[in-house]
Amino acid sequence: MEALDGNAIGGLMLEVFGAEMTTVIGTCDHCGAAAQLAEAVVYLQAPGTVARCRSCGSIVMVIVRARGVSCVDLRGLARLEPH
Amino acid sequence: MSFISRGFKGRRRDQEGDSGRVPPGQYVTDDFPVLSAGPTPHTPLEQWTFSIVDGEDRTSWTWDEFRALPTEEVTVDIHCVTRWSKLDTIWEGVSVDTLLEAAGADAPYVLAFCDGGYTTNLPTEDVTGGKAWVAFAYDGEPLDPEHGGPARLLVPHLYFWKSAKWVRGLALREEDEPGFWETYGYHLYGDPWREQRYSGD
Amino acid sequence: MTEVVDETPRVRTIFFDVPEWDGHRAGQHLDVRLTAEDGYQAEREYSIASAPGEPVSITVERLEDGEVSPYLTEELRAGDGIELRGPVGGYFVWGPEDGGPLLLVAGGSGVVPLRSMLRHRQQTGSDVPVRLLYSSRTLDDVIYREELDGAADDVAVTFTLTRGQPPGWTGYSRRVDAELLADVAWPAADDAHAFVCGPTSFVEAVAGGLVELGYPPRRVKTERFGATGG
Repeated sequence: MEALDGNAIGGLMLEVFGAEMTTVIGTCDHCGAAAQLAEAVVYLQAPGTVARCRSCGSIVMVIVRARGVSCVDLRGLARLEPH
Repeated sequence: MSFISRGFKGRRRDQEGDSGRVPPGQYVTDDFPVLSAGPTPHTPLEQWTFSIVDGEDRTSWTWDEFRALPTEEVTVDIHCVTRWSKLDTIWEGVSVDTLLEAAGADAPYVLAFCDGGYTTNLPTEDVTGGKAWVAFAYDGEPLDPEHGGPARLLVPHLYFWKSAKWVRGLALREEDEPGFWETYGYHLYGDPWREQRYSGD
Repeated sequence: MTEVVDETPRVRTIFFDVPEWDGHRAGQHLDVRLTAEDGYQAEREYSIASAPGEPVSITVERLEDGEVSPYLTEELRAGDGIELRGPVGGYFVWGPEDGGPLLLVAGGSGVVPLRSMLRHRQQTGSDVPVRLLYSSRTLDDVIYREELDGAADDVAVTFTLTRGQPPGWTGYSRRVDAELLADVAWPAADDAHAFVCGPTSFVEAVAGGLVELGYPPRRVKTERFGATGG
C-alpha cells in the first residue's frame, strides 16, 4: 500500500479544521523541515490518518474520528502558518 | 442520518453462513487488507531481536534463537476495527507463553513495541494461556513485510490493531498504559464481541 | 447525477447538478461518500474534470476489485443523488494568473486534474505555453483523447504508451525516465510550473527526475493517487 500525500486528506482537514489546509505550511518538530501540508506523506489505510514529514518520516499529524468526535494530534508540528 | 446511496452495497458478502463467527458490525472479506501508519520497516534478520523487558532486565532472542523455539500452527479468525473480518487464517508462531516463561517475567500488563515506533497495550492475561503468538509465517509462507514480517504479534480474540506488526518485544507494565491508537481514543481492551472499538464503548 | 460520457471502456465522466455550487479552481477535487442501507459507508476522492464555470464533473476509472468505482461507473443513474464534499484543494491548483510556462505530467487517471487546468486555460484565452506529458498503458486507455488530439498549437501533447502500441506508432513506448523527461520538459531555465499527478511511484519518479533536471522543488507540485480499491 503506497502512501499518498496531504492532497488526499484535504477534505478531511477541511471538515476537521474548518478551513482549506493543504497550503498551510507545517514545520516538522523533529527535523525542522517546513512544507505545505499537501506535501506530507499520508497513510490513510489505518484505524486513523497519519501524516509524516516527507524529509525525515516523523509523524507530524494524526487524525482519528470516532463517534462524531475528531481527535487531532499536531504535536509533531513545531509550527503551522498560512502560505 | 446520511443520505442513502441507492443501490450501493459495498464490497461485503452475505454473512448468513458465517453467523456466530462474525462479531457485530463486521463483514467478511477474502482479501487481506494492508493497513499501516507508516512505511514498512525492513530490519535485516541479522539485526533483529525480540525482547521481554522487565524494568532493568531484558531477555532477548536473536532471529536464529527465536526460530529455534517450539512453534505452533494455528487457524484463527481475525477482526479489524475498520470492520473487515477474515476467517480461518493460518499462522505459525511462538506462543507468548513460551517467551514470558523463558524470561521469568510477571506483571499485569504488557506494552508491545515495534519497529517504526508503534505500540499497543494488553493485559498479560490476554497474551497468555495460549491466546497469543509472535507469528512469523502466514498461510504457509514467511510473513510478508507489508503484513508485519519478519514477525508480528497475533492476538486474534481482540481487534487486530492489537496484533502489532513488526513487533520487537513486550515491555512489562504495572499499569495499562495506552499504546499508539489507544492514545487517540481507541479502546484500551478492544473486544470485538462487545464491539469495543473506541474508549467508552 | 445528470449525465455521463464514457471516455474509454473503463473510464466514465459523470456530471452532477450541485445546488448552490460556488465554483471551483482547476485542479481541485471532490470527496464522494456512499452510504448503504445498513449504514455502511465508503469514501473516495475524485478530481474535478471540468474547468471552472463548466458543469461539475468527475472522471472515474472502474477498478476491477473496486468498491466505489464500479458503483459510480455502472450503477449510478441519472437523477440519483450523491453525497459530495468540496471542492477541496488549494495546493494542486492552477489559474492563468499563476503564469507559466506550464509542464503537466500525467500517469493514467492523473490526467484528470490536469485536463481541468487545460480547459481552464483555453476558456480564459490564456496564452501561457504548456506541455503535457501523458503516460498510459495503451492508446485505448488514453482519457480525453479526441480533446487532446485537437488541442491548440501552443499546447504540446506528448503521449507515452507503456504496455502496448498501435501498429506504426512512432511515439514514446516506455515509462517516463530521465531521458524522456529531458526531451519533453521545459528546460529548467524557463522556470516552468510543473504539476505531476498519478500513482505514487509514478509521481515520485517524475518529481525526482524534474528536480534532477534543475527544477526547484517548489516549482514541482505533486498529487498522488492511490489504487485504494477505489
